[in-house]
Amino acid sequence: MTNRAYIYDAIRTPRSKGKPGGSLNEVKPFELAAGLLRELQSRHDLDTSYVDDIVMGCVGPIGEQGGNVTQMAVQMADWDESVAAVQLNRYCASGLEAVNIAAQKVASGWEQLVVAGGVESMSRVPMGSDGGAAFMDPEVALHSLSVSQGIGADMIATLEGWSREDVDVFALVSQQRAANARDQGYFNGSVIPVKDRNGITILAEDNFIRPGTTLEALGGLNPSFEKASRMGMAEMILSKYNSVEKINHVHTPGNSSGIVDGASAVLIGSEKAGQDIGLKPRGRVVATAVTSTDPIIMLTGPGPAAKKCLATAGLTTSDIDLWEINEAFASVAMRYMKDLGVSHDVTNVNGGAIAMGHPLGATGAMLVSTILDELERRGLKRAMLSLCVGGGMGISTIIERV
Amino acid sequence: MSGFKYEKDSDGIVTVTMDMTGPVNAMNDEYHQAMSSTIENLEAETDLSGVVITSAKKTFFAGGDLNDLATAPQGCEEAFFHGVEAAKSVMRRFEKLPVPVVAAINGAAIGGGFEICLACNYRIAWNDKSVTVGMPEVNLGLMPGAGGVVRLTNMLGIERALPFLIEGKILKVVNALEAGFIDETVESLDNLVPCAKAWVLEHKSDELSAIQPWDQKGRKIPGGNAYSLELVPIIFTAPGLLRKKTRGLLPAPERILETAVEALRLDFDTALLVESRNFVSLITTPQAKNMMSSLFFQLNQVNGGASRPKDIAPSTIKRVGIIGAGMMGQGIAYVSAISGIEVILKDVTKEAAEKGKAYSEKLLDKRISRGRSDETKKIEILQRIKPTEDNEDLRGCDLIIEAVFENVDLKNDITNSCEGLLAEGGIWGSNTSTLPITGLAKASKRPENFIGLHFFSPVDRMALVEIICGEKTSDETLAKAFDYTRQIRKTPIVVNDSLGFFTSRTFSTQLGEASQMVSEGIHPVRIESLSKALGMPVGPLLVHDQVSLKLGVDVAETQRESGLLDKTAIDPTPEGTKLVTDLVKIHDRGGRQYGGGYYDYDENGKHIWPKLVELYYKPELNISDREIKDRLLFRSVIESLKCLEEGVLRSVADGNIGSLMGIGAPKWTGGYIQFVNTYGLERFVDRCHELEENYGSRFIVPNIVKAKIASGDLFN
Repeated sequence: MTNRAYIYDAIRTPRSKGKPGGSLNEVKPFELAAGLLRELQSRHDLDTSYVDDIVMGCVGPIGEQGGNVTQMAVQMADWDESVAAVQLNRYCASGLEAVNIAAQKVASGWEQLVVAGGVESMSRVPMGSDGGAAFMDPEVALHSLSVSQGIGADMIATLEGWSREDVDVFALVSQQRAANARDQGYFNGSVIPVKDRNGITILAEDNFIRPGTTLEALGGLNPSFEKASRMGMAEMILSKYNSVEKINHVHTPGNSSGIVDGASAVLIGSEKAGQDIGLKPRGRVVATAVTSTDPIIMLTGPGPAAKKCLATAGLTTSDIDLWEINEAFASVAMRYMKDLGVSHDVTNVNGGAIAMGHPLGATGAMLVSTILDELERRGLKRAMLSLCVGGGMGISTIIERV
Repeated sequence: MSGFKYEKDSDGIVTVTMDMTGPVNAMNDEYHQAMSSTIENLEAETDLSGVVITSAKKTFFAGGDLNDLATAPQGCEEAFFHGVEAAKSVMRRFEKLPVPVVAAINGAAIGGGFEICLACNYRIAWNDKSVTVGMPEVNLGLMPGAGGVVRLTNMLGIERALPFLIEGKILKVVNALEAGFIDETVESLDNLVPCAKAWVLEHKSDELSAIQPWDQKGRKIPGGNAYSLELVPIIFTAPGLLRKKTRGLLPAPERILETAVEALRLDFDTALLVESRNFVSLITTPQAKNMMSSLFFQLNQVNGGASRPKDIAPSTIKRVGIIGAGMMGQGIAYVSAISGIEVILKDVTKEAAEKGKAYSEKLLDKRISRGRSDETKKIEILQRIKPTEDNEDLRGCDLIIEAVFENVDLKNDITNSCEGLLAEGGIWGSNTSTLPITGLAKASKRPENFIGLHFFSPVDRMALVEIICGEKTSDETLAKAFDYTRQIRKTPIVVNDSLGFFTSRTFSTQLGEASQMVSEGIHPVRIESLSKALGMPVGPLLVHDQVSLKLGVDVAETQRESGLLDKTAIDPTPEGTKLVTDLVKIHDRGGRQYGGGYYDYDENGKHIWPKLVELYYKPELNISDREIKDRLLFRSVIESLKCLEEGVLRSVADGNIGSLMGIGAPKWTGGYIQFVNTYGLERFVDRCHELEENYGSRFIVPNIVKAKIASGDLFN
């Protein structure tokens, strides 16, 4: 590819419980994103008129997040009026999709500097608020056998023979790693405090993490998806996985991604853009991939997406130093590692969404900041980022330091 | 005016009395013309104060013309759509009349009949047991297409309307009032129209009473529309709950659900349009054709006595003797007693007989607790059952049913010792599920009075009785047995003698095929899942466990020894037979009552015996879901066709109804013979060839299919 897509910066808000009572509940969705845009502008003294476009993911783009929430953010951040903005939705991959599209825009040579990212206030626009047809239209639900994602996650664990303890152990490691990374300050360079209009800090760092949790505590939680299963969803998924007698419902709030609020922003541009406005690239996007797998189990896409991405890049698993798989559910991450033959030692080394939460549309771009920081800290080169996506899709991106 | 009588009284109320040609009012061409001209007249009235619609027949209105729908070919959809839309626009004009319109429901208002009622402003029904209302279209693979789904949803809200629409329940007047289907009841038929008129006069000046709720400005659907937060959980869970019941095999309830949800999203007229499209999409589905054919036409035929000898006067049984108060005997006692028949329930000891009677008491108590009976009725019914250990008490019975276990010698002893006790002209029935009647009748001095009565378990819930004629069974005996089964409100099918008759013989093929598949290395859970995916109530391995694996092995052995089973006969699924024998003899897995068979049973429920998977499962085996499903289904279909070919079945209708009601043939098939009609006879032959090639001669297509193809007929 003639034009390389460089990552000039990657930042994110801290994450907090995405329900009333969560620290960021009082912050409007556009403001979560606008705060990051202001930070990008001020820390790089950015001439915002140089930015061609802003692409942000949002999975609940209705109500306060409706219209085009990215455009609200650009305006409220007082960026130059020439800057365009678009909101996209590829479900949970939206944030990484924004990164990939931004990279593709730059790589095409048609745009020079693009901000990618995402925003989701799950406390203000709860999941499912959009009434999408996948679950709220019986014709679609009956035709496509729409089952709750958690049932798909439980089915993955059932098929793989992973017990409740297996997934809880994974969750515990996520909590321990995230707490350690936060407390050691590994996130400090990228997590931008959210402030009010007076400049008073509302939230400075992730506060969803449960550092003190134990295997016993995790083991005491009730399974989350048994009820939906009894309402006919078990029959739906078992009609496809027909050698399975019974779904083992292992996923609980403790080993599934947390519902949180948050936003992310990644500054992606061409080499020329860096020279023109005096920025030094931190990394580059090497390759991107999306694919789709069985929509009923829904969560097995990341492995195949990562393989596709490796093939596009002409790389193999051994060329990847660190792996990030969004911890939508413990079994998703475990299945990903199994599909690719990679160890937990090099995967989600600073924890993941089980500990820190998964603000749907924002998460994908958050992973870029997390892993770029860690590559720098460890002096490593290359990382693969992947997420499972609604409808059976999977997404992956390879980045490397330059 | 053809069909509808039109009378205007001095108060300005027009009474429309539907009185169409033939025994019932139905939605046919005559109706469309009568309704159109009626509406034109009503619209032309100048001093109209209200309209009452009622019927001159015993029923109010019978619904759509199923003959039209059953014969509608592929490609007719557009014509049907326009027809439905035309009929609906007339009903729309009817409900939009500027005066109150009242349905005076004097008899059953079913399907289209109730849809007419829904297009009225008010519904009054005569509270009589002959009066029922409801929209049962779904049970024939169809849906209400004349506004029923949209109006009921608008009237009651989706949460209350949906169960009735999806289950197609028919309601008695009291229940209909409770459900909100009707607004008022009257106790005497004479009062019905006067009451309707009184309502009109009372509400003459109340403008809203002439406007349907859905046409009133600003009116909201009860419970909310599709965007109401309260309805999110209902709409979210409805598909799963439906799928749990239908397994995706029945398009009609799915279309109903879709239509009801659209009714919550769209304006009323647009929703009606969507309803028409969805209704029309069902007419030519194989499921609708199958269900109309068997569950309506053939069921009527069977219950109407098509298999009963014609020229024999109807009879009633006054006193029935039942020998053996076990599971079957006590059930037969119950269904007889609740039908007003005096029952002598005989067992070896008085205690055993008393225990059998106590079963009736238990069932009656359950009915009382559900509000379906009362103490007085219970006492009355229980008084009809006399438990005894004394054969003498059986003297004078018009019918004696021997219901002891499947042991030829025991049965013969009882025949010898008790048949002399029958009243003059009385008949002897043997309740057996497999033993040939001709053989059992050899023990009788009057084999012409001897007949097989195969009841299904649990007797109180299973509506089928398989009547088996032995070689010498007389027409009079058959007629009496048939009348008795109708008397106890069961559906009788009549078959000729054969080992396992029709139902057991056909059913056992699936058990054999399933065991064969386990022996080949197919995962047992997959066999069970795919059987359920076909629409079977339970998987064949579980059924086999419940019937008892050991019993099957023992019976086969006895039958071989006694010569009932031809020793040289080729076992169609020998590896399956060996597997079952090994389970019983080597692994001590006799079935559920022996502590486990294919399954283990414990406090957590049942799960496949792990060692079964260990011993037989071959993960590397490559076989498609379709192949497994077809093997299970085709075995039963082929066996049914053989029964027809060999004359074990006397009619196609008996085969279809027997398989649906007795052995769990999936509804969508319309029965194991009807299945072939919509599958396509040529396609069926081709598929049998494929299966035969892959799995052997048990899939050879019966000649009767080729004969039908040659004559250009279907199985009717």
